[in-house]
Amino acid sequence: MTSKFKIAYGAGVILLAALAAAVLGALVLKAIGASPLDTYVTIFTGPFKDVFGITEILVRAVPLILVGLGIAIAFRSGIINIGAEGQMLIGILAATATALALPGLPRYLLLTLVVLAGAIGGGLWAGIAGILRARLGVNEILSTVMLNYIAAQFYTFFLRGPMIDPGELETGSGTPQSMRLPESAILSHLIPGTRLHTGLILALVLCVCVYFFLWHTTFGFRLRAAGAEAKAARYAGIHVPGSLVMAMVLSGCFAGIAGAVEVTGVHHRAIENITSGYGFAGIVVALFGALHPAGIVPAAVFFGLLLVGSDMTQRSAGVPANMILVLQGVIILCIVSAKMYLNNAYTQERAARFFARFTAKAAPESTKDGGQS
Amino acid sequence: MRTAAEPIRELRLEGITKRFPGILACNNISMQVSRGEVLALVGENGAGKSTLMNILAGLYQPDSGTITLNGREVRFHTPNDAYAHGIGMVHQNFMLVPNMTVTENVALGLKEHHRFMNLDLKSAKARIMEVSEHHQLPVNPDAHIWQLSVGEQQRVELIKTLCFGAQLLILDEPTSALTPQETDDLIDRLKRMTGELSIIFISHKLNEVKSLSDRVAILRHGAVVFNGQTADHTSADLAALMTGREIHLPRNEGLSLDGGVVLQARDLHVRGDRGHLALDGLDLELHAGEILGLAGVSGNGQRELAEALTGLRRVESGRVEFLDADMTNRSPASMIAAGLGYIPEDRHHEGIVPKFSVKENLVLKDFHTVKFSWWVVLKQSEIAHNAEALKASFDIRCSSTSAAGGSLSGGNIQKVILARELAREPKALVAVYPTRGVDMGAQEFIHSQLLARRRAGGGVLLISEELEEIMNLSDRIAVIYKGRILKVLNSLDATRERLGLLMAGVADE
Repeated sequence: MTSKFKIAYGAGVILLAALAAAVLGALVLKAIGASPLDTYVTIFTGPFKDVFGITEILVRAVPLILVGLGIAIAFRSGIINIGAEGQMLIGILAATATALALPGLPRYLLLTLVVLAGAIGGGLWAGIAGILRARLGVNEILSTVMLNYIAAQFYTFFLRGPMIDPGELETGSGTPQSMRLPESAILSHLIPGTRLHTGLILALVLCVCVYFFLWHTTFGFRLRAAGAEAKAARYAGIHVPGSLVMAMVLSGCFAGIAGAVEVTGVHHRAIENITSGYGFAGIVVALFGALHPAGIVPAAVFFGLLLVGSDMTQRSAGVPANMILVLQGVIILCIVSAKMYLNNAYTQERAARFFARFTAKAAPESTKDGGQS
Repeated sequence: MRTAAEPIRELRLEGITKRFPGILACNNISMQVSRGEVLALVGENGAGKSTLMNILAGLYQPDSGTITLNGREVRFHTPNDAYAHGIGMVHQNFMLVPNMTVTENVALGLKEHHRFMNLDLKSAKARIMEVSEHHQLPVNPDAHIWQLSVGEQQRVELIKTLCFGAQLLILDEPTSALTPQETDDLIDRLKRMTGELSIIFISHKLNEVKSLSDRVAILRHGAVVFNGQTADHTSADLAALMTGREIHLPRNEGLSLDGGVVLQARDLHVRGDRGHLALDGLDLELHAGEILGLAGVSGNGQRELAEALTGLRRVESGRVEFLDADMTNRSPASMIAAGLGYIPEDRHHEGIVPKFSVKENLVLKDFHTVKFSWWVVLKQSEIAHNAEALKASFDIRCSSTSAAGGSLSGGNIQKVILARELAREPKALVAVYPTRGVDMGAQEFIHSQLLARRRAGGGVLLISEELEEIMNLSDRIAVIYKGRILKVLNSLDATRERLGLLMAGVADE
């Protein structure tokens, strides 16, 4: 099999997957009576029409990058974290509580503490699943999903009870949300007039940190070894259960940071539905970005584009924004299926053989080369 | 019916060339096999044997060259095409479904027994019995695969291939997983089958080549370097042709240096994976400066012993002492830190992390030491430097030390493990089947390295099934049987016969 064939094969599979996603999505759109072409054009060009649209893409990309980094650490270390959504919520609670409790602190100190609180909250929440797995062998996929539900109830409880904005009680409207954060706990804007905040810089710096951590430190070496082949890691003296817990905690820290950044950068108070599904979309971003920081950034931007674009379809193409969840699902299925074909040497060989039949018939005599004898 | 294929009188390969990216796996190879003939295909790891046979079995397409059968050119696009012409291959790793019966496994591939929504197991079973009787390959068609020993599974593979109508059998290292007894048995059965079948078999073991084959073809770097009658050449000649130089498997000739005891097991009780007592009161002493061979049929507690000594398996009762300290049930990390080396049986998934690069695998046990890290930061240049040095001194053949460890051939993976373990200068080294499935050249190298470790004052516990290897290298030989040491012999007093009896559980005097 030549390298030329390999490239053609890879490009072919990706193109086919994109085509399949587009066709399936079009069928769904047709079914609800919308124009597929208009919808696609809106999603992929709409956000680029002005600066605000572009900054909105980045606003969405920030939590996706942060969650994606955490997911990448967990997956690379051989433990699967589906609980970023819950870890974000706990991170938001911890960050909000810290900001509201210490409003008098200097800005930089307070912001550092708030982000740290988010990280610790998310990390501890994830640590529960990590310890259950390491100690009792509880499947982490189940436990993280279940912890999501518990976290959601916790979050609602705190917003309706202990942390509810006293103003809401006075006016009697009772919207479940916290008090507005003090000014010193709010991230400044990068571009005035937009919602783009300095959390973007933090996300990018953390990308570099995660890369360095995974590939240039002894901790990263341990985690990756345990994730790639637990048997060999154990043989080499690495404490595998410990490394699983550590990976899960770190993964939760990043989800918690994503939550802290989202509340200090965008919403400025804890509200309901604050995570907007970033905890789940972040998993897709991480996988789409090949579990590598350098891939996660473009993947997050791409998914940010999808999210912003789909909000616009409501106005311009008359497609409900929820439809984008369907489209997202279709895209994810196509990409995951395509990945299987890309990595499977057997199907690759079969495709090569299939094409060899045609080329062999076309030129039976042209393949005589003597080699390097 | 598949058996309707015309009998194979003569198979010819002419000018077969196959390229993979960056490597010429088969370079203009020609050879032939006639009816009733046994052709042995030998060569070092990576010489192109498996690629050539996969082409013949229809798994790969040659880039150029032709296959002719009884004078007519044929093309095999899939394994089914090859079967339709009577060519069947038994792979090195068995392709059987463990939780199905023998009959079900065979019937899976027999299309004529597939009815609508239902499998005609009765006639498949009849066919198995017929083939099994005809070729004297006894098998219980109702047994589940997981209940069978490796030797019996091999027989099922053979029967399966024969049921598919194979008249030319390709066997890829058929004896690599068998015990010595099973190997002798298989070779006897294959000899009887040559009356009506042709066989091509791939092997590293020249004594098998000598006893079974009529002709031998030797591949080196993808080309045929020798093709002739087996009877005209000695094993040593063939070994030299295989590697391109003379092979002298080194022997342990020095006097035992007999230092103190470095590693010892006392009244060790350890459970196996299935919960049975795999070690049942085992006592063993390994001295500094000696190679202690542990002979035994596999499954008598060798793996459990190695794992108990290295801290990987819990000791139920008894003691493990290393350098005069009680190390019972200490963590693998503390055994490593104390200076115990270990070459594990499963080199592909335990000895290395297959996805890690060669250089990372070479520091798998030492990445956190001051040599390779500063605080928590890895010293990448030091790691790369270490890899280059070990690559050169242990002759590890890889395109670069950044290549994934799992992409290397078995022999080279073993060299990576050996390099890592020996570079740590272990006080004691536990080596489990260190040369299983590696070619003669690598075997010679591994043996000489183990002897060098002994000369440097290290103790080596050599666990092996190859009596030849144990007798060549050991100062003393312990025989393990059902989780106990049956006897410890001085290697001068050991003969094949005596060891064979002991391995079968017959204690002498």
